Amino acid sequence: MTRHKWVRAARQKVWISAVVAALTLSACGGAKIGDTSSASTAGDCGEFKIAINPWVGYEANAAVLAYVAETELGCKVTKKDLKEEVAWQGFGTGEVDAVVENWGHDDLKAKYIEEQKTAVSAGSTGVTGQIGWYVPPWLAAEHPDITDWNNLNKYADLFKTSESGDKGQLLDGDPSFVTNDESLVKNLNLNYKVVYGGSETALIQAFRQAEKNRTPVIGYFYAPQWLFAEIELVKVKLPAYTAGCDADPEKIACDYPDYDLDKIVSKKFADANGPAFQLVKNFQWTNDDQNVVAKYIAEDKMTPDAAAKKWAEANPDKVKAWLPKS
Amino acid sequence: MAAIALPRVLLRRPSRGVLLIATLAAFLVLWVVLRGLHTLSLGAAQLTPLHHAVNELNDSLGASRNTNPLFLYFFNEIRLVVDEFVTFVQAVIAQPAFGRPVPLIGWLGVVAIVGYVSFAVANWRVALGAAAGFAFLGLQGLWQESMDTLALTLSAVVIALLFSLPLGIWAGLSDRFNRLITPVLDFMQTMPTFVYLAPLTLIFLIGPASATIATLIYAAPPAIRFTAHGIRSAPHDTVEASESLGATTKQTLFKVLLPAAKRTIVLGINQTIMAALAMVTIAALIDAPGLGKTVVKALQTLDVGTAFNAGLAIVVMAIVLDRVTTVAGARAERARLDTRRTSALVRRVVLLVGGVLTLVAVWFSTTYFWAAEFPPDVSVGPAIAQAAAAVTDWVQTNLSSVTGGVKDFVTLVLIDPLQMLLTESPWWLFAALVVAVSALIGSVRTALVSAACLLLLVGTGLWSDAMATLASTLVATAIVMVLGVVVGVWMGRSTLVDRVLRPGLDAGQTMPAFVYLVPFLALFGASRFTAIVAAVVFAAPVAIKVVADGIRAVSATTVEAATAAGSSTWQLITKVQLPMARRALTLATNQGLIYVLSMVVVGGLVGAGALGYDVVAGFSQAQLYGKGLAAGVAIVLLGVMLDRLTQAAAKRSQ
Repeated sequence: MTRHKWVRAARQKVWISAVVAALTLSACGGAKIGDTSSASTAGDCGEFKIAINPWVGYEANAAVLAYVAETELGCKVTKKDLKEEVAWQGFGTGEVDAVVENWGHDDLKAKYIEEQKTAVSAGSTGVTGQIGWYVPPWLAAEHPDITDWNNLNKYADLFKTSESGDKGQLLDGDPSFVTNDESLVKNLNLNYKVVYGGSETALIQAFRQAEKNRTPVIGYFYAPQWLFAEIELVKVKLPAYTAGCDADPEKIACDYPDYDLDKIVSKKFADANGPAFQLVKNFQWTNDDQNVVAKYIAEDKMTPDAAAKKWAEANPDKVKAWLPKS
Repeated sequence: MAAIALPRVLLRRPSRGVLLIATLAAFLVLWVVLRGLHTLSLGAAQLTPLHHAVNELNDSLGASRNTNPLFLYFFNEIRLVVDEFVTFVQAVIAQPAFGRPVPLIGWLGVVAIVGYVSFAVANWRVALGAAAGFAFLGLQGLWQESMDTLALTLSAVVIALLFSLPLGIWAGLSDRFNRLITPVLDFMQTMPTFVYLAPLTLIFLIGPASATIATLIYAAPPAIRFTAHGIRSAPHDTVEASESLGATTKQTLFKVLLPAAKRTIVLGINQTIMAALAMVTIAALIDAPGLGKTVVKALQTLDVGTAFNAGLAIVVMAIVLDRVTTVAGARAERARLDTRRTSALVRRVVLLVGGVLTLVAVWFSTTYFWAAEFPPDVSVGPAIAQAAAAVTDWVQTNLSSVTGGVKDFVTLVLIDPLQMLLTESPWWLFAALVVAVSALIGSVRTALVSAACLLLLVGTGLWSDAMATLASTLVATAIVMVLGVVVGVWMGRSTLVDRVLRPGLDAGQTMPAFVYLVPFLALFGASRFTAIVAAVVFAAPVAIKVVADGIRAVSATTVEAATAAGSSTWQLITKVQLPMARRALTLATNQGLIYVLSMVVVGGLVGAGALGYDVVAGFSQAQLYGKGLAAGVAIVLLGVMLDRLTQAAAKRSQ
């Protein structure tokens, strides 16, 4: 080794040890990892895998269920963010135990409950879902008769857009939910064209802008939904729903039925009949309850967990009624 | 000679331009007569027998999940390996594991490693930027989410490279394999992810494996293409020299071809990383952990601020990874050409010291909480979210009166007429036009490819929707090219402009579309125009970058000569720089088209209808699955057809 190199190497050594010493000294006060042992509260509940479908009302149901399952039953809750179809598929593969707000979805029921027999219904959530056509409140106030479908043709010009040509635009949204709107427009002889917005975001923005700028818009929407806490959309009256009036999709000329939003669980989960399943089966609340929790999440920006905690602490009786009887 | 030959050619045969105009004119005349005939339109809820058949196939596949040996012994094994790998990477940097409340390596360790590796493969300036970028992720209050995204992205990229590089080498060496794999790669890149997301979770279950595989399907093709391209463009004389000296194929490959292709291969890896990051929000729909989830969750309540903050984290990560790999690629090139070794020793020493320091940082981050978990009280995330929300609000309130008019005008003069022309034409008439045009600007081969694509398009049962989508795609591509030329020339002529604009372009490419679509929806409503704007935001950066590169590549001496000859700036651009960058222009058109097509599905989410909506609906409604798949195939067919057409045109213009 030449002298030159040796000096450099020696300098390096000094440098490194100095840095290491400085760093070690400065870090002395920090809390060490592994000092505190975390006590885990493992009950007899085991793992509870709950699907989270992507809308706030669903999230409210799931958050409260998960909170109760964790705090009262000691379950290890895993939340999985999934679209509906994927979540139902998970019943068969054992990846999902429960879907806790289902909007009709006769297609999925036929496939997974009847054909593959991997899923079963776990009863109503107590929440009623409404699908229909809505207008912003300012429009309903200015033209009170606009909320009756019989008068819609009179106002068709109002709803013209670049997408609907010389007809009125009926804005449709998220294809996740059932829509009969094309048949309705045809069979009710309405001078409207269904324009597919394609997402919930598109619908919400349309209603928000319409209310803010007092522009006309009519579109497909649904309740319960957090937007109602901000804008009281007004439902348009369509010919009343009667049992069987929607039997033939081509000939539908009546309103959407009220949906009894229900819970679906995997067959295995139901057969095991553990505490988590009991909880899911017993879980029932009201539209108002869900709206409160949904508002905590959407408007007050609370985490789902914090929102659930706040509601559960304010409603101990309701929570108690869901717990497994033993 | 030329002066005598020219008139003879003209006499013998009318020029291509005249023929093109004649063909178009014939089409228009026939269109007026036959308009509305054989348009093959299909209602939103209507299905063809093919769509039903696909539904049934999908159902039976799902029903046999637990008994099919293919699942039990093949897919399950793959899933297991991928799951283990991703979970391991997550345990190292992202998720609490090994009985610890925090991941193995905390933020200090990761920042140190990122800085060190960046220095090792690039230079100290990039290293500083990279470390600062990663520290910024922590400041945003998104450390864990970012690490989850990084873990998933890196896993997908590593697995993708594992077989992309060998496949790319093979495609580089064998013409036959290259021809075979090209359509497969086209398919992987243009098939909308929504179409295969649900089946993937059926095959590989919900979890890291599905998310990783979804990501790598989209991300692998660039690495394969670039590797093959790099090997193909290795200088012929060197290869011949090496062979004539008696080198074996293996020696030629490892000693000549691969070193020569190194820079292109690194560029391919760079593109693969970018593509993987573009999948972050989509993978969140099947429970992929990380920043995508934050974006999706925030958008459920239209919380643009929070979504923007998370989107910004993705952009920052993309820019860091892009700069590191780009500079690494350039260095690989320089190191190969440059044999001086003066600075090597200094570098080695710094590397050694840096390595030791990094190890110390890693050790701290595994031992102490302050170095493991990013301090939460220094977060700038809320401030960023608030600022973004305020800007969005201002834009929505103050601009919406003007923007509505712009939308109506563009729709009236551009989108509507073109869409009418395409959707109301008899299908065979338009098909004949496309085949004729293909033959004129390409070759007989191009015409055959177009004909095949068009016939398959009829077979999907979605001709009319495909025509509507094609119309919007053409309008979007035209806008992309106008922007590409204007901004690209500007950037190509000034390094300063380039440096200012480039981060903005990177953001356009990697920011999750929905973050900026929320204000767009307020400005333009749910419409085809909104979809076009979204496509332009995503596709224009690529076109701009390609044009700028092309302009910069025009030799300085040519430009100087033109300036000396007294050309004005305008003359210089239009008479010298643009004509000489012609090849870059056609490449920009080609890439612009492909990128626009990859936004068709996002367009379906904001009012474009047609194929995009079909795909989205197919993902949401079980009985529409078959139709969604057919729509996905239709998008691929449009992509292949337009790609071959523009490539043929590009070859002609050389």
